[in-house]
Amino acid sequence: MEKQTISRRFFLFTSSMAASLAFIPAGVKAFYNNVKRAIVRSKEKETVSIIVNKQKHTLSVDSRTTLLDLLREELHLTGSKKGCDHGQCGACTVHIDGQRALSCLSLAVMMEGHEITTIEGLAQDGKLHPMQQAFLECDGFQCGYCTPGQIMSAVACVNEGRTGSVAEIKEFMSGNLCRCGAYNGIVESIQKVAAR
Amino acid sequence: MRPFTFQRIQSLDQASARKANDGHQCIAGGTNLLDLMKKNITVPEVLLDITKALPDQIETTAKGIRIGAMVRNSAAANHDLIRSKFPLVSKALLAGASPQIRNMASIGGNLLQRTRCPYFYDTTLPCNKRNPGTGCGAIDGENRMSAIVGYSTECVAVHPSDLCIALAALDANVIIRTTDKKETIIPFKDFHRLPGETPEQDNNLPVSGIITAVDIPSNQFFKNAAYVKLRDRESYAFALISVAAALELNGNKIVQARLASGGVAHKPWRWYEAEAFLKGKNATLETFQKAAAIVVKETKPLSNNAFKVPMLKGAVEVALQNCLNA
Repeated sequence: MEKQTISRRFFLFTSSMAASLAFIPAGVKAFYNNVKRAIVRSKEKETVSIIVNKQKHTLSVDSRTTLLDLLREELHLTGSKKGCDHGQCGACTVHIDGQRALSCLSLAVMMEGHEITTIEGLAQDGKLHPMQQAFLECDGFQCGYCTPGQIMSAVACVNEGRTGSVAEIKEFMSGNLCRCGAYNGIVESIQKVAAR
Repeated sequence: MRPFTFQRIQSLDQASARKANDGHQCIAGGTNLLDLMKKNITVPEVLLDITKALPDQIETTAKGIRIGAMVRNSAAANHDLIRSKFPLVSKALLAGASPQIRNMASIGGNLLQRTRCPYFYDTTLPCNKRNPGTGCGAIDGENRMSAIVGYSTECVAVHPSDLCIALAALDANVIIRTTDKKETIIPFKDFHRLPGETPEQDNNLPVSGIITAVDIPSNQFFKNAAYVKLRDRESYAFALISVAAALELNGNKIVQARLASGGVAHKPWRWYEAEAFLKGKNATLETFQKAAAIVVKETKPLSNNAFKVPMLKGAVEVALQNCLNA
């Protein structure tokens, strides 16, 4: 019968490899991000100046960055949500120059000079926007993930005057999906604000 | 998404000159393109932002109306002149996408959007449109959403736009700027292509061509026009079947009729035979039913989309009737 043995050389090699792996700093992700940034060639980076919630930001970004990723990853405004990232769910809805739009289908570098409003910019002087208040009062959400997009879309729906009937509200809110099915509360919230 | 170089384009001449280069791709609204880039279906090396170079006005011309290529879909749909004189355009636009996407998408880009055939969108599957020579997965596969007319053995994909169905019905013209000529005009019926042997080509836009505007000639269809769209859910979905119908009436007599459909072919499809039948007839339900029967006579459904034929027949009848109550 053949005897299974581990050679001295193999033992030393594997144990030293394991030891050296253990010495990789804890911030592997940060290190990886730094490397990634260094690898992206300068011609594929762009400087962009955008106004978000009335504050101007000038940033150097990878040209592939979507407005949604810029808001969440660079400006740490995580209210706007990444649902599908393909323009099918509306969770990333923001206002661009006062018009509702999908931040996941907008390139950050194309937002030069444009004014963006996110869910974080709705409340004024510590007071909730009437639509935010209405969502609270009418149970316009359950889990809350789609809610920032719903509220941004709902504010626009009222501004556009598309609140004539329940059917009209539903049609003009069809770009925002809610998997909990809080639609009745959402329609009620919009009717409440539209009636003011 | 693959890395690309981003360039802001200031003029139409600059746009067409650069677009003629390999790997250069224009972006305006980006609602379809960015999705395709995220899935590595479209992989530009250089992305040309032409939003500042394109016309963004709607203006009246001697022959009708001109819609600038950069006009957003929502702006066109809500424009007074379009709503009053070209309501079919407004109705078709509002039947498409969601309010957010309509606020972003440009008129020029709407003409250039690509099929939503699931085989085109999944890079692990064969598709002659995405990857010529790999075969058509849909023709004997999942073809519930596919064409029922005008397809080839190479491709059974359908054109996804609603706006284009209305523009086809109204005999619009596509205005194009190229490097060699100042302005090229392509009639709408000749702009999009049938798949034939080259399904990778959706349209006849020249290599250096930039769509600058869409012209719609004045017409008498504004009083009696309707757009019917049938889909898997009530809103925010691509058409299984859509019908744009428009009648010019003298009393109860049909002076001329226009009928076009989406969800049926690789390009916006005009039903010329049915239009010819309707001409000179009285606008009655019986006439409409006969026209619908002529329409479906042309169709040849695939293995999984025979349901579209009766759906189309009904949609044509309803659209023509809706013209009378528009």
